[in-house]
Amino acid sequence: MSANKLKTSEKLITRGIQISGYSTILFVLMILYFLIAQGLPALTEVPLKDLFSTRWYPIEEYYGILPLILGSLVVTVGASLVAVPLGVLTAIYIAEIAPHWAKEILKPLVELLAGLPSVVLGFLGILILSPFLRDALHLPTGLTALTGSLLLGMIAVPTIVSISEDALNNVPETYRTGSLALGVTRWQTIWGVTIPAARSGILTAIMLGIGRTIGETMTVMMVTGNAPVMPGSLRVIFMPIRTMTATIASEMGEVASGSSHYHVLFFIAVVLFLFTMIVNIVASKISSRHMKRSERILS
Amino acid sequence: MQKYKKPLFFNPKLAEKIGTVALTVVAFLTVAPIIAIVVYIIYLGAPAINWEFLTAMPRDGMRAGGIWPAVIGTFYLTIGTGIFAVPLGVAAAIYLSEYAGDNRLTALIRLAIINLAGIPSVVYGLFGLGLFVIFLNFGTSILSASLTLSIMTLPVIISTTEEALRAVPQSFRVVSTSLGATKWQTIRRVVLPQALPGILTGIVLGLERAAGETAPILFTGAAFFLPRLPNSPFDATMALPYHLYVVSTQVPGMPIKIQYGTVLVLMMFVLIMNLIVTLIRSRARARRQW
Repeated sequence: MSANKLKTSEKLITRGIQISGYSTILFVLMILYFLIAQGLPALTEVPLKDLFSTRWYPIEEYYGILPLILGSLVVTVGASLVAVPLGVLTAIYIAEIAPHWAKEILKPLVELLAGLPSVVLGFLGILILSPFLRDALHLPTGLTALTGSLLLGMIAVPTIVSISEDALNNVPETYRTGSLALGVTRWQTIWGVTIPAARSGILTAIMLGIGRTIGETMTVMMVTGNAPVMPGSLRVIFMPIRTMTATIASEMGEVASGSSHYHVLFFIAVVLFLFTMIVNIVASKISSRHMKRSERILS
Repeated sequence: MQKYKKPLFFNPKLAEKIGTVALTVVAFLTVAPIIAIVVYIIYLGAPAINWEFLTAMPRDGMRAGGIWPAVIGTFYLTIGTGIFAVPLGVAAAIYLSEYAGDNRLTALIRLAIINLAGIPSVVYGLFGLGLFVIFLNFGTSILSASLTLSIMTLPVIISTTEEALRAVPQSFRVVSTSLGATKWQTIRRVVLPQALPGILTGIVLGLERAAGETAPILFTGAAFFLPRLPNSPFDATMALPYHLYVVSTQVPGMPIKIQYGTVLVLMMFVLIMNLIVTLIRSRARARRQW
């Protein structure tokens, strides 16, 4: 009798666990559905030519999202220039060189940075970084793409460090000992053997870091000045810009539900969703392809 | 025979020395801003913190008084997120680690989790607005905001939990089943207890992220100013991160002291969560039997 009862309860629990696993697929589909359902009407209400034009001025019904897309790209590229070298080099140091005590200091600090809310960085950006940059570079305002890039770089660093570090730690110890046995230095081993072996993992880390910067909202909204202008030259880095995320966050609260403006904001969310989806899928493909290759080598 | 000429920069020993020093400098420079931020905020925020600031309602358009409703709001949102995200996330991780076969469906689930992890927080906000606030008619409320935050937190909890479960040696499972335990009994009595520290770490890290988020709650549950505490899950609420955004950008003439006080309280929240994680980890490392 009781064995039977045990069986039914076990079956129920197993079913519940199974459904929880499947639910993740459901959530992605639901997110996609709600974004598309509200975003697609934008395509019929605003002609495609106007949607991809260069002027964003919703009060007069100019819904050109190009300046916003380019704004996001400018900040993302800027942030990558900061975060990729710092993040990868820090990971190499932690994984390959750092003595135990240095690891114990660096790793918790990187984790702390990962947990720091983006409003806190935005707040410090307004109060410290932007006045500093304004005075140091003699700019009319400190709220620029550069300020945003520097802070977003800090946000991307923990992602890049922790995933690159994992990739480096996953390189089999025999690779290193084999290389050292050939008489080269530890430094040469790092650059000639370990890093090439961990290449795909480091690439994944960089992609995921970039994915985080594209989607970051509060920091860029607070420090980039929010001016939806088309980047004309490289000087754009010293000028205020506006990203897709900041546009949604700052304007959604004020639009009437169901208006064209509302639909266009959801359309921007669809564009953002696609951007990050592509980045993330590519990132995961890079690492899984490499895994298959190394499994083949080992077997 | 060509005479070998030693290039200037090809002294491997010297290169190693210079390189090691350079990397050390880079690594510590990378984390230096974090130390500076923490010290700076504590230094300037501490004078603003007193009993009244923590436990009083805001007054004079938030320019005076305290931040109690925001503290309580963030507490409620964190608990609410945990209620939904923890059981679902842990169960999904158990499925992936213990049940899922190596097939297309599992690959699809993994793809979905990668996707969820990458979706920008403000996009979660729009989704929450569309599904919970409008379609399910929960309104801008603690419930809508918690549900939105919990879907956002799921990937963190799932991936850390799965990693913790997979770290439990396979032999533990084999022995348990050979003693006659069913699969679920094995998971409950053997695998989960062993993986508990790792799972708790994941939960705290996930909730820490949820507590600090602003963009997902902007349109789903955060109130600009609410001089009372929420009464039910269907009330909107103030929250610390949003309050920091409001006092630092939306209200002119805001005393700087209140801004620094708010940022310090928010940062303490994060520091305490990080401390909990560190404690769990070091205790688990000390007690590990395998």
